[in-house]
Amino acid sequence: MNRELRSHIIGLLNSNIRLDGRRLTDYRKPVEAEHDVIKTAEGSAKVRIGETEVMVGVKLEVGKPYPDNPDEGTIIVGAELLPMSNPEFELGPPGIQAIELARVVDRGIRESKALDFKKLCITAGEKVWLVVIDICPINDAGNLLDAASLAAITALKHTKFPAFDGEKIDYKTKTDKSLELEKVPIAVTVIKIGEKLIVDPDTEEEMVVDARLTVSSIEDGTLCALQKGGDFPLTTEDISKMLDIGIEKAKELRKHL
Amino acid sequence: MPYEQRIDGRGFDETRPIEAKVGIIKRADGSAMFKIGNTWAYAAVYGPRNLYPRFMQNPERGILRCNYNMMPFSSSGERVRPGGSRRSKEISLVTEKSLLPVLNLEEYPNSVVDVFIELPQTEAGSRCAGICAASMALADAGLEMKDLVSAVSVGKVDDKLLVDLDYSEESYKDGPVADIPIAVTPNSGRLTLLQMDGEVNKSELMKLIEAGKNACMKIYEIQKRALKEKYQEVEV
Repeated sequence: MNRELRSHIIGLLNSNIRLDGRRLTDYRKPVEAEHDVIKTAEGSAKVRIGETEVMVGVKLEVGKPYPDNPDEGTIIVGAELLPMSNPEFELGPPGIQAIELARVVDRGIRESKALDFKKLCITAGEKVWLVVIDICPINDAGNLLDAASLAAITALKHTKFPAFDGEKIDYKTKTDKSLELEKVPIAVTVIKIGEKLIVDPDTEEEMVVDARLTVSSIEDGTLCALQKGGDFPLTTEDISKMLDIGIEKAKELRKHL
Repeated sequence: MPYEQRIDGRGFDETRPIEAKVGIIKRADGSAMFKIGNTWAYAAVYGPRNLYPRFMQNPERGILRCNYNMMPFSSSGERVRPGGSRRSKEISLVTEKSLLPVLNLEEYPNSVVDVFIELPQTEAGSRCAGICAASMALADAGLEMKDLVSAVSVGKVDDKLLVDLDYSEESYKDGPVADIPIAVTPNSGRLTLLQMDGEVNKSELMKLIEAGKNACMKIYEIQKRALKEKYQEVEV
């Protein structure tokens, strides 16, 4: 079945068109990033890219710092591929796809230095803020990587600290102190099918991907994280083109923040 | 201090504001969202579909599998650890039992109907919200049903009997509290879910069940309206 689908998709791509009528580097419409959708979270966002919908919630906890960075808080990113969002997803502990998703989102935030971990320190060596970011897809119609990354950074941008008296967190009382974002990383996943490069794959296109490269970049186009996926190799020319597309499309996604 | 008036000013037999919608998860065969106050449930139905491993298959009828899950950020307190807890497993079980009586699964031997209930935000009454969403999602999936299922919690706070307890009422400290989630099949008026935590006498319980049934009739109208609305959108 995939072979037929693949040759059909490639046939269309050769005339520069997609299954759903898009051009090769068009995102689906609408792209929407809503924030503060969840009252029980310290920060939250719901992102839609076409029919794909992802929710991200941020909870703040107080914990012990790592011994090698006693004056730094940290982020913890988790993703659950809810079986509600895709008939292929099953109940159970996170599989490799969920782990990769969480780690790619984590590295975009961590490596861009979007958060200054030193500002999350309460008492060096004893107490630091832990920023726990949970990714929950509502409807997976393709491109969870980009949607989850956009939702995570949107949620962080609107995260407020809960009241903390030095001993206990009072989650019912939110302060007006925000998490400060130093940088805003945006992830764009560029897909290679046959000889063509596209962005924002839908479910059918994801089934026939040869290779993908997730490109995370900040405002000035500096790269902060990369992840190659897929079973096929990439040439240096491919990579160069994919980086250009990734950086260019990030500017477009950034407007939705 | 005696409990004289509800904190949010509702009548004792009044539910929190309700919002319902079907067909919101496009990849699912049927889906719905049900919001009551600050409690928010999604439900997605997949199936009837093949059931594996095969030893689980029943050649006489299809089986129903429900899974209730709170998203990690859905509690007003600490983060909820992902993966099932004993509580969520029990709620999944009673949800399954509350929906099974309205389904006709004899038509689908060896198959499974999966119902996934996800709660992005909770503040009391989440199992009832999940059941309301799930029964709408089953109808949206086009499954043959004898009735819908509507659910609400009723209870007693101090000496007052009330419908749809919120968090402050569930955790009232100055007097006795009873929390009683029920699910009703509106057309036949039967109960498919009944749980109780707290203290209440029999005559109060019977009154509460009546009050809960009345509230469920109103919820039923909201569920029906949401199911019809999906098709009105198509006509435009």
